[in-house]
Amino acid sequence: MAKELWKGNEAIAEAAIRGGVEAFFGYPITPQTELLEYMAARMPQLGRAFLQAESEVASINMVYGAACGGARAMTSSSSPGISLMQEGLSYIAGSEVPAVLVDIMRGGPGLGNIQPSQSDYFQVTRSAGHGDFHPIVLAPATVQEAVDLMYEAFPLAEKYRTIVILAADGSLGQMMEPAEMPPMRPPLSEAERGAWAVRGAAGRAKRIITSLFLQEEELEALNLRLQAKLKRIAEAEQRWEEVATDDAEFLLVAFGTVGRTCKTVVREARQQGLRVGLYRPISLWPFPWPRLRALAGQVRGILVAEMNAGQMLEDVRLAVENRCPVRFHGRMGGVMLLPDEILAALQAMIAELRHSPLAVAAETR
Amino acid sequence: MARGTVKIEEDRCKGCELCTTICPQGVLHIARDHFNARGYRPVQLMDPLGRCTGCALCAQICPDVVLTVYRFDPKRV
Amino acid sequence: MSDTLVPTAEEIIAQGNVVYRRPDALSDAWTHYCPGCTHGIIHRLIAEAIDELGIQEKTILVAPVGCSVLMYHYFNVDAVEAAHGRAPAMATGLKRTQPDKVVFTYQGDGDLAAIGTAEIIHAANRGEQITVFFVNNAVYGMTSGQMAPTTLPGMVTTSSPDGRDVRMHGYPIRMAEVIAGLPGACYVVRRSVYDARTIRQAKKAVLTAFKTQLAGLGFSMVEFLSSCPTNWHMTPPDALKWIRDTMVPYFPLGDFKVADEVKAWT
Repeated sequence: MAKELWKGNEAIAEAAIRGGVEAFFGYPITPQTELLEYMAARMPQLGRAFLQAESEVASINMVYGAACGGARAMTSSSSPGISLMQEGLSYIAGSEVPAVLVDIMRGGPGLGNIQPSQSDYFQVTRSAGHGDFHPIVLAPATVQEAVDLMYEAFPLAEKYRTIVILAADGSLGQMMEPAEMPPMRPPLSEAERGAWAVRGAAGRAKRIITSLFLQEEELEALNLRLQAKLKRIAEAEQRWEEVATDDAEFLLVAFGTVGRTCKTVVREARQQGLRVGLYRPISLWPFPWPRLRALAGQVRGILVAEMNAGQMLEDVRLAVENRCPVRFHGRMGGVMLLPDEILAALQAMIAELRHSPLAVAAETR
Repeated sequence: MARGTVKIEEDRCKGCELCTTICPQGVLHIARDHFNARGYRPVQLMDPLGRCTGCALCAQICPDVVLTVYRFDPKRV
Repeated sequence: MSDTLVPTAEEIIAQGNVVYRRPDALSDAWTHYCPGCTHGIIHRLIAEAIDELGIQEKTILVAPVGCSVLMYHYFNVDAVEAAHGRAPAMATGLKRTQPDKVVFTYQGDGDLAAIGTAEIIHAANRGEQITVFFVNNAVYGMTSGQMAPTTLPGMVTTSSPDGRDVRMHGYPIRMAEVIAGLPGACYVVRRSVYDARTIRQAKKAVLTAFKTQLAGLGFSMVEFLSSCPTNWHMTPPDALKWIRDTMVPYFPLGDFKVADEVKAWT
């Protein structure tokens, strides 16, 4: 497959199609609508299910229904629409059917604006709905990475019978970049569908898919099972990228397109003789904290950069556990972070901390 | 003339009395002398004169599938 | 055999000519429904229809939130539990990915006529090939008797303690008429189960609704005027009479949409 120029939203859609999506239910919302429109054209061409639902609420419940039947179902939306989907996501999590969701984040809270933001981090990683669970959340930084992660999403969701969320910001959805598409996966055979799927009780006992367990012992048992599953996911599915960390004295931590911007900051800082590295989480949940904790023992300070008020910041603080100071630079309201301002914040932190001892239990704010 | 009878699964009955009101022959009555295992007064067939015709209206209105209805088929004797 | 005139009950049973027994599609679980609750009758009619049409092995039921939230224990078919009001959306997802299955939802007043109005209207409008059973008892049963969108004017409930005031809460919604007005709807009727005649007619409507889906003709819905003896504070027989005398005048029984192709079965 050759590299072609792709718009982020459309590349994600095509990658999902190659990855085996059988049903897409969605609703228009800027800045992800191109994903829906791409699906509207392509899915019927391939004889797969497509429906523009009446709302995001309906969309996620259509995904839930199709997924209960063992079909590979997904939806996509942006921040306000993801809020509407929280109920459905909680039900999907509680009934352990696999599902895939794309969140192209925009400025909030409320109606906000249509510019890029990363302020859904809490919403998608903490649980994406009521109750104790975490979806797997993957945050690409380039269109190619979005394609690669999207292609993995269904096998990953099915491996654990969980939700996989691809979390990107509006700039990634809208930008055009070269990307190479993976090959088309063959369709699922009947035998490959889950042994839990409701497909008509022919020659077998009936199956019930529910998230209702009125007896507290039963609901506790479900929750223990979910927690054990999350533990397995946390052990096996952490993803991150490191740049120039071997000899780093200071560390930038950023995800998504901000992580990509920070590669420029690292280059410029190094040109100024500053020993700066970058830690870019790719899985926001499970957050790749063990490696970050080890790096925190090696550096004098960490600067977290995000397009929000400081959300991944909290996971970084939990990971670092006071081994070194953690500082923050962010912009809200759909304002994008440019390399210059991150570099300025980095330089300020370095000026303040350059004589700090390493691995000291200093205050982190 | 048709002859019928019913078998009652007493412990399923909730004593709702819908069958007693629909029975055209008036042969279904709520027991007054005992409760079933769930604490309801169940329905009983009281048909000394053999008036039940097996019309199955009782079974049609019963929400709990308490009654199985039999009808005598003289041609099968 | 004693004589040809009057067989005994034992002889009748021994002959074994059963004219009514439990449908196969209905499980033998004892239901949690209140005594005299019409859910039991309606469940039974649906199960009888599933048996008669021979579709038990390809039916998938979508359960609502309400008194019938546990109905998947009472049917011997594959089942899923929907969020409140979302059953038509789940049914859409199921039917669009498994068009060869028979998919039905079963919903109460709150589920279909309050929180789920968008989902039911759009599923019907798209002509989804699903069947919806709407159980209208003019009150929210499971949560102990609050006003529903179908509560009658003046009716006392726990959230309309002085009786439903239409100036504050509007009038009850006639959902069968609303849905029948959508071009995508194919078979939309209102029935009840308060006496032998209406039970027979309700059964026929259930069969017709399933046949509509099996023939791929479009969206079908049967609204059942139902009772809630507990929250109406009536005995079960009185509750059935109340349906006939007080609900039917506001929610008329009848056929509101019958597509030409469906007429043959009605």
